[in-house]
Amino acid sequence: MRGFLFVLSAMLVIGLAFWAYRENYDTQAAQARAAALQDDIASARERLQMLNAEWAYLNRPDRLRDLAQINFDRLGLLPLRADQFGRIDQVAYPAVDPLPIVNPVELMAREAFP
Amino acid sequence: MIRTPLRPLASVLRARQDGENPDVIERENIRLRHEQMRDRARMRAESRLLVLGVVFLCAFLTIGGRMGVLANSEPSEPRAGGAGADIVASRADIVDRRGRILATNIETYSLYAQPPQMVEPIRAATALAEIFPDLDADRLLKDFTGKRKFVWVKRKLSPEQRQAVHDLGEPGLLFGPREMRLYPNGRLAAHVLGGTGFGREGVHAAEVIGVAGVEKFFDDRLREPAQGHAPLQLSIDLSVQAAVERVLQGGKLLMNAKGASAVLMEVETGQIVALASLPDFDPNARPNPPTEGEPGDSPLFNRAVQGVYELGSVFKTFTIAQALDLGLVDPSTIIDTRGPMRWGKHRINDFRNYGPTQTTTGVMVKSSNVGTARIAQEIGIERQRAFLGSLGLFEATPLEIVEAKSGRPLLPKRWTELSTMTISYGHGLSSSPLHLAASYATIANGGYLVTPTLMKGPRGQRGPRVLSERAAAQTMTMLRKVVTDGTASLAEVEGYAVGGKTGTADKPRARGGGYYEDKVLSTFASVFPAHDPAYVLVVTLDEPVETSGSEPRRTAGWTAVPVASEITRRVAPLLGLRPVIEPGEIGGITLTSN
Repeated sequence: MRGFLFVLSAMLVIGLAFWAYRENYDTQAAQARAAALQDDIASARERLQMLNAEWAYLNRPDRLRDLAQINFDRLGLLPLRADQFGRIDQVAYPAVDPLPIVNPVELMAREAFP
Repeated sequence: MIRTPLRPLASVLRARQDGENPDVIERENIRLRHEQMRDRARMRAESRLLVLGVVFLCAFLTIGGRMGVLANSEPSEPRAGGAGADIVASRADIVDRRGRILATNIETYSLYAQPPQMVEPIRAATALAEIFPDLDADRLLKDFTGKRKFVWVKRKLSPEQRQAVHDLGEPGLLFGPREMRLYPNGRLAAHVLGGTGFGREGVHAAEVIGVAGVEKFFDDRLREPAQGHAPLQLSIDLSVQAAVERVLQGGKLLMNAKGASAVLMEVETGQIVALASLPDFDPNARPNPPTEGEPGDSPLFNRAVQGVYELGSVFKTFTIAQALDLGLVDPSTIIDTRGPMRWGKHRINDFRNYGPTQTTTGVMVKSSNVGTARIAQEIGIERQRAFLGSLGLFEATPLEIVEAKSGRPLLPKRWTELSTMTISYGHGLSSSPLHLAASYATIANGGYLVTPTLMKGPRGQRGPRVLSERAAAQTMTMLRKVVTDGTASLAEVEGYAVGGKTGTADKPRARGGGYYEDKVLSTFASVFPAHDPAYVLVVTLDEPVETSGSEPRRTAGWTAVPVASEITRRVAPLLGLRPVIEPGEIGGITLTSN
């Protein structure tokens, strides 16, 4: 009995040691992955900021104005004018489809052509 | 354990036989036993002390060792705890009221040299001078071949320049990362944003600090890491600002003006939607402050905020609004406008003769100096001062740019009755166009004080009342009349019912001694729509002259007004204002009886 307990506890110790060893390496791997992700996030954020800056630079009013002028004959863009505001009641209702014919009558021209 | 008895029978009997006292034996034994006990206790205490000492030694060694390890180890980022998006080390962005970027950061590189590590310093110096035309080859050569261990070559590099330097293959030329402030819209809103410079510089990083404008006013807020992720939102609207600057630039050219400024402000909140001052500059390459000439002519000078000028007739609105508020006049009171009006050796004249009398509305519409001065006389020195003070015309504006503090109005040293009369039509008191815009906004806001601000904030906070609702409404009606039948007829924009007042002020000579004959500052302060005020626009042109007619015209009606009207036309749709048909005056009900 005593020997059995002895062997059992020894097995338990070995098992726990193995478990701790594995957890340790898992933790280290997870940390390394987290660090890599942090790096990715940081570089993505940097990239995002750069892209935002570039977007803002490409959309600067000076450039848009010049582009609108260069492409005037294709786009015909002009500054917004007061008379371009519309009102809801100026918009026509869509044309109503004719009512569907539910009981069609077969017809045939009977008149004989002279 | 075997205890030794204290009175061993054998010894006691022997002592009795010998006639000795047996108690001596007992005492002797007690003494011996006490000695044993003492020794044992001592041993135990000593061993305890030893254990305690060892424990303390271990503890101190552990702590000391840990401290040593900490002190000697390289700092590293914590790997386990994920840093959130809440802490960002870079300077916060600045965005407009709709979130479009006005200022942001980009990563770039600086170039420095370590001459001791250089292989071919002569070739490097000449090659660098080719890549950067603004660098001097001789100077670089001297630095590279001299005794210096470290030389800054260039603060900011473009990626192309960096590649070109890289291609030199010189090991002594090194790059350090730099964060650079970028204003993607170039000159747009330059005076509001200000600019940045480098503070403390190291090889690996440099502080970016604000040097002017919003960048300097909010420097601490923009640099705070905890708020780095939250951009600073201004009340400026990018597209409106661009349109205002564009039209103002055109107007400045057409009117041959030296400078121009425009302020567009929301009436209800005092938020500034556009603020322009020409000439302007590029905040990406902010010029140095001028060392000679008039500081007021420098592009860095913000005419709308820093420039204090005698603004002329636009001040008549305040005089008449106050007189209406005090009940001294109503819009149809007849005012004596016979000129010239003499006061001591001073004469007050009108631009042209407007007849012997005018109604109060007529004084405003025709812009009669004489009539306004008469009304001001009735108001009196103290009341006029108190009213202009309550409008905020005696203090610098609390605008959130550092330059605002220097825009302090100039008041007369002694406020005499003559000062009251001249100030009533805008001479003798210098204030900035921004002061004017805020004061007009106060009148347009139904008499509640409006404080100018650049921050986008909540609506519905009212300032204290400085003018009665009735007087404010009557003044607005008069301002509308100035446009429909007065000096600002060119300001009419269909659908937006512009109301406003012109002001043409002769510029005072720089060295004192009167005014220039042919240099004016023309101003148009307008409110639109007049029946439901939403925005105030103040346009100022410096030394304009309009030469399309037979003789040069300098009055605001011919210079500032057309520019302001074009700005309104362009900007009102951008602001989302729909053109509306102005409500007509309600026809009075006539009582008839038979």
